[in-house]
Amino acid sequence: MEHTTGIKTLDDLKRKQEEVRARISLRDKAENPESLVQVKVAMATCGIASGAKEVMEFFALELDKRGIDAVVTQTGCMGYCFAEPTVEITLPGREPMVFGYVNPKKADEIIERYIKNGELVDGIIPQNYNTIES
Amino acid sequence: MSQYKMHLLVCAGTGCHSSQSDLVYEMLRDEVDRKRLEEEVQIIRTGCFGFCEKGPIVKVLPDNTFYTLVKPSDAREIIDEHVIKGRRVERLLYLDPETEEHVLDSKHMGFYKKQLRIALRNCGTIDPENIDESIARNAYQALGKAITEMSPQETIDLIKRSGLRGRGGAGFPTGLKWEIASRNQANQKYVVCNADEGDPGAFMDRSILEGDPHSVLEAMAICGYCIGATKGLIYIRAEYPLAIRRLKVAIAQAREYGLLGEQIFGTSFSFDISLKYGAGAFVCGEETALIHSMEGKRGEPANKPPFPAQSGYLGKPTNVNNVETLANIPVIIMKGAEWFSAIGTEKSKGTKVFALAGKINNVGLIEVPMGITLREIIYEIGGGIKHNKKFKAVQTGGPSGGCLTEKHLDTPIDYESLTAAGSMMGSGGMIVLDEDDCMVSVAKFYLDFIVGESCGRCAPCRIGNKRLYETLERICDGKGTAEDLEKLNNLSNVIKDTSLCGLGQTSPNPVLSTLNNFYEEYKEHVFDKKCRSGKCQNLLYYVIDDEDCVGCMACVRVCPVNAITGAKKQTHYIHQDKCIKCGACMEKCQFDAISLLNDYPRAASTQVHA
Amino acid sequence: MIRLTIDKKTIEVEPGTTILKAARKVGVEIPTLCHFELCDMGIENKPGGCRICVVEVEGRRNLAPSCITEVQEGMVINTHNIRVLNARTTVLKLIISDHPFDCLVCAKSGDCELQDLARQFGIRTVPYGGEQSHYRKDTSPSIIRDVDKCIMCRRCEMMCNEVQTVGALSAVNRGFMSVVAPAFEMNLEDSPCTYCGQCVSVCPTGALTEVDHTNDIIRALSDPKKTVVVQTAPAVRAALGEEFGLEPGTVVTGRMVSALRELGFDHVFDTDFSADLTIMEEGTELLQRLRGHLAGDPSVRLPILTSCCPGWVNFFEHNFPELLDVPSTAKSPQQMFGAIAKSWFADKIGVNRKDLVVVSIMPCLAKKYECQRDEFSVDGNPDVDFSISTRELAAFIKQANIDFLNLPEGDFDDPLGESSGAGVIFGNTGGVIEAACRTAYELHTGKTLEKVEFEALRGMEGIRSATVDFDGLPLHIGIAHGLGNARKLLDEVREGRSQYHAIEIMACPGGCIGGGGQPFHHGNSEILARRAAAIYSEDERKTIRKSHENPSIIRLYREFLGEPGSHKAHSLLHTEYFPKSNEVTINMQS
Repeated sequence: MEHTTGIKTLDDLKRKQEEVRARISLRDKAENPESLVQVKVAMATCGIASGAKEVMEFFALELDKRGIDAVVTQTGCMGYCFAEPTVEITLPGREPMVFGYVNPKKADEIIERYIKNGELVDGIIPQNYNTIES
Repeated sequence: MSQYKMHLLVCAGTGCHSSQSDLVYEMLRDEVDRKRLEEEVQIIRTGCFGFCEKGPIVKVLPDNTFYTLVKPSDAREIIDEHVIKGRRVERLLYLDPETEEHVLDSKHMGFYKKQLRIALRNCGTIDPENIDESIARNAYQALGKAITEMSPQETIDLIKRSGLRGRGGAGFPTGLKWEIASRNQANQKYVVCNADEGDPGAFMDRSILEGDPHSVLEAMAICGYCIGATKGLIYIRAEYPLAIRRLKVAIAQAREYGLLGEQIFGTSFSFDISLKYGAGAFVCGEETALIHSMEGKRGEPANKPPFPAQSGYLGKPTNVNNVETLANIPVIIMKGAEWFSAIGTEKSKGTKVFALAGKINNVGLIEVPMGITLREIIYEIGGGIKHNKKFKAVQTGGPSGGCLTEKHLDTPIDYESLTAAGSMMGSGGMIVLDEDDCMVSVAKFYLDFIVGESCGRCAPCRIGNKRLYETLERICDGKGTAEDLEKLNNLSNVIKDTSLCGLGQTSPNPVLSTLNNFYEEYKEHVFDKKCRSGKCQNLLYYVIDDEDCVGCMACVRVCPVNAITGAKKQTHYIHQDKCIKCGACMEKCQFDAISLLNDYPRAASTQVHA
Repeated sequence: MIRLTIDKKTIEVEPGTTILKAARKVGVEIPTLCHFELCDMGIENKPGGCRICVVEVEGRRNLAPSCITEVQEGMVINTHNIRVLNARTTVLKLIISDHPFDCLVCAKSGDCELQDLARQFGIRTVPYGGEQSHYRKDTSPSIIRDVDKCIMCRRCEMMCNEVQTVGALSAVNRGFMSVVAPAFEMNLEDSPCTYCGQCVSVCPTGALTEVDHTNDIIRALSDPKKTVVVQTAPAVRAALGEEFGLEPGTVVTGRMVSALRELGFDHVFDTDFSADLTIMEEGTELLQRLRGHLAGDPSVRLPILTSCCPGWVNFFEHNFPELLDVPSTAKSPQQMFGAIAKSWFADKIGVNRKDLVVVSIMPCLAKKYECQRDEFSVDGNPDVDFSISTRELAAFIKQANIDFLNLPEGDFDDPLGESSGAGVIFGNTGGVIEAACRTAYELHTGKTLEKVEFEALRGMEGIRSATVDFDGLPLHIGIAHGLGNARKLLDEVREGRSQYHAIEIMACPGGCIGGGGQPFHHGNSEILARRAAAIYSEDERKTIRKSHENPSIIRLYREFLGEPGSHKAHSLLHTEYFPKSNEVTINMQS
């Protein structure tokens, strides 16, 4: 619990809520992931070795900063080790899309063009296998 | 504050707590610290997830992975595999009993699919000992809205329009209750939260207090504003130490933030809350008995009127609401009466929390919209009857309730329909019985509870229930008579008609409803001396099969009461009138010649030609 | 006014009236059991526990207990239909099923409200047989608790807590094992019980009864070596007749004296005599303290409190141990009688005190305990050997086959049988202080009272105050009856707020006429009023109405004691008080 001087008005309470919302925003979002942008960063050995950690942090930080409601999660190796770091983006109501060779610069482009406007950007890896329904 | 990428929610409700969930939490913490992940992973101890059958529960966000039966030793694997490598730990996932497949996340679990969590909205999501998490989830906004933007009467009208009714048992309209208390003038009034949860097996109020104490505190303050009270009291049983601790922490934090105390939100409204401990008497859930107990008097009810709203705690107007009722209040104010009244049936709005127990696969705590059918609860949420046995009945409403049978499976559940079916909503106990349960024994079980919990003030409850119990005991012992069946009926009706409080007025319900729905079983016990489920010990018969008996005398020698006769190499015979059903003969027999039957006539005829 | 219909009769009653009382107004009698009322004293017990008085209210789901359900506009009530009668009978059978069936040998047989109901309902079988609840039998010096017979009506609890504020009895245990008992089911003797006996006087069954000393007395009477004298308290003569079917308020002094003589008592004396003696001692003490106070002596404590009532003495020993120097040191009339009988009188007739048996007939149960107190004996021989109640005397007379109603009027023996009207009024609340005023006034002012009746001191209000003019000196007097009322006055004394010079306290509502040993009034407060009137009429019939004019008293002082307050008077007629711990001592052995 953070120290507070006391809540004197309803506005105080709302300000306080803004302040502490981040604590649980992930949980709020998890309740209804289908309505949010889902970003899954492949964080297996191959991914991490190619800089996936940096990419994941970039997404988490920037999506929040740019006011986009998104869930950033890590996932295991997607099998595209040649194209690491790989990121799977699911826009609400759309099929998942996998991007390869993602670095912070690429990530920035993905946010601005694909996530914000739905425009396709280079680097999409066609899904070439089916997986059992999870 | 840094942005955590992952949240691990560890259930710290009483159920999981008693299966070492605190150790799971510690081990997860250690692992996270060791792997230097404290910046990325947040580990939270939350209230109950409801799925107590499979606790301890660890839920991983944002992917909603739902780990069950987690042991402290699983902590390392969860961190190494799931958190670091992003691979779910398959073996800890919930196994669907139907498909026998692992279910990846809680969204796909039948247990949660049909639930609608309003009262339990924050249970299992927030850290109940951190007010900030509650505030992040809108806590105290309803209070702020009510006292700065609405008049007490407007707030009461809103609650009235929502159709919310008391969740403690009787289902009295909450808004109306507040209105009555608000109209009685006095220099001091009290808001009392009834947290004296006493139905056997029920723990919804405890879960709310453990998992989301601020929702109750906030609602009490709103009630205080509406009725003109500045003092709130929570009457909680001392056997709920965890709930008591969380409440104490929550009250202290709310006071520090100025959300309880003097001049809340800068208005002239002041409100504070203190705790009163009960010793765990069932009858103290009755509001007048509860008030007596809070005053330090013997916990026994008084005649109504006067109602507590007129003369309650220390003789002052007092509004008593149950925990679950209160937990609904803030959401109703924030989302509106119309939102709430759109949920449920015509006369029963919103949701109800049930404690699902008995012969059912998914034992736990569920919150469902009113109007859901028993079938949905038992077969979809509850995952069906254990071991694929046949459903027999479900007991609702605790000791005051009754049994619902197969013919009620598709009845929409609400206050009226349960009462019409001879049971009641009660505080939300729901015990599922299967073909192995003896209905006379079930009635006897509840009467045993009532006899222990009757306060003794009025004669019909004090003596009548004892006599009911004794009669049921006779019937289960095979000593029942036709007259006993008549007595059960008359006595039950008179106890209902003449008892002083709700406890006595409803105590014969388990007898009456089993008499109505399972009269055949009573008749079998009385006339055939048979208990079809084999539950009644004294209606089981040890019988020697003459085909298998070699006449070795072993059973004759071991019988402690000389109930077995027979010469060497001749078939032995058990005299049923002497047998004390100790089972020693069956254990001794090396030829499996002795069996246990639950049918006296057959047992007798088997022996006739022996 | 509220209109309602009871058994097809329409009636209008005040709001707040219960169905039971409304029904009585239209002549419909509803049976009750736990309900109990002394309406003139504001005493009412209605826990709604027995459920015998249930009635059907049309439109109501269940039956309503008529003793606590208030009437509402338009109510339609059936008090005797099949549903109601079946419920009442079933409930009564349940109560009986947990009650011993030993009516033949029960002390309350014939005077038991449960027995009456069983007879009225025509109960012939108890089909709900089963386990009965059993408890330890508890015998104290005054009261026997046989709570196997307790029906949880809670009347005794109400009396002990609300009226008397003693707090010795309350409901303990739960459910089927619930019973009214001292805390932790300790012995009554170890509790703060004062033995006032009000619990016994309201108990509907034989659960609470007095310790019966009749057999001890029969043994003494049949012992040729013993001389047996008897004293009778003032309130006995105003109530004893009720036990023989006489109208309440019939004074039976003469017949009582004859009966005692027929029973074989060697000397039939009167406690009224020692009441006069009490006035001499207590009145003198009052005047001494009053004069000291007026002279500005800071060591003098006022008010002075009367000390004739042993229940009251027990009460302040338990509850006000720091005020033990406030009450008068004068012994009660019973004990003064015993002390004089076993000294002056024993010497007079030449009998060793060990061969003299003093019996007292009292309206009181605390007197049984009082006469057993250590300080009231000499070398282990008590000043008063046995104390029996009005009820025990009545039973004794019946047992002896005495035709009480046709007995001649007898006279008390001399010298301990002569009394003034002041001694008689000890039986009523306010009587002791009135008697004291009659004497103190004349002693203080040297003038003769024009009118001996101090009307301002009479009445039935629980706490009364009056100012008596002592020839220019306004004497402030407080009176309380019922220990709850006494507590209020004592709290004032403890806090230094008391305005009174003198306070009279009686433990029982109404004073001794409402004592725990009197014939059962069954909640009829009219009976108490008639007894009180009888006491005052007895006073009026007396030629001597002031204690100091009683010739036998004058003679006693002249021959034996000297002056009131003399050294001899002090050693024989005064006592001291002992703090009683309220610490819980539990002795579970029976």
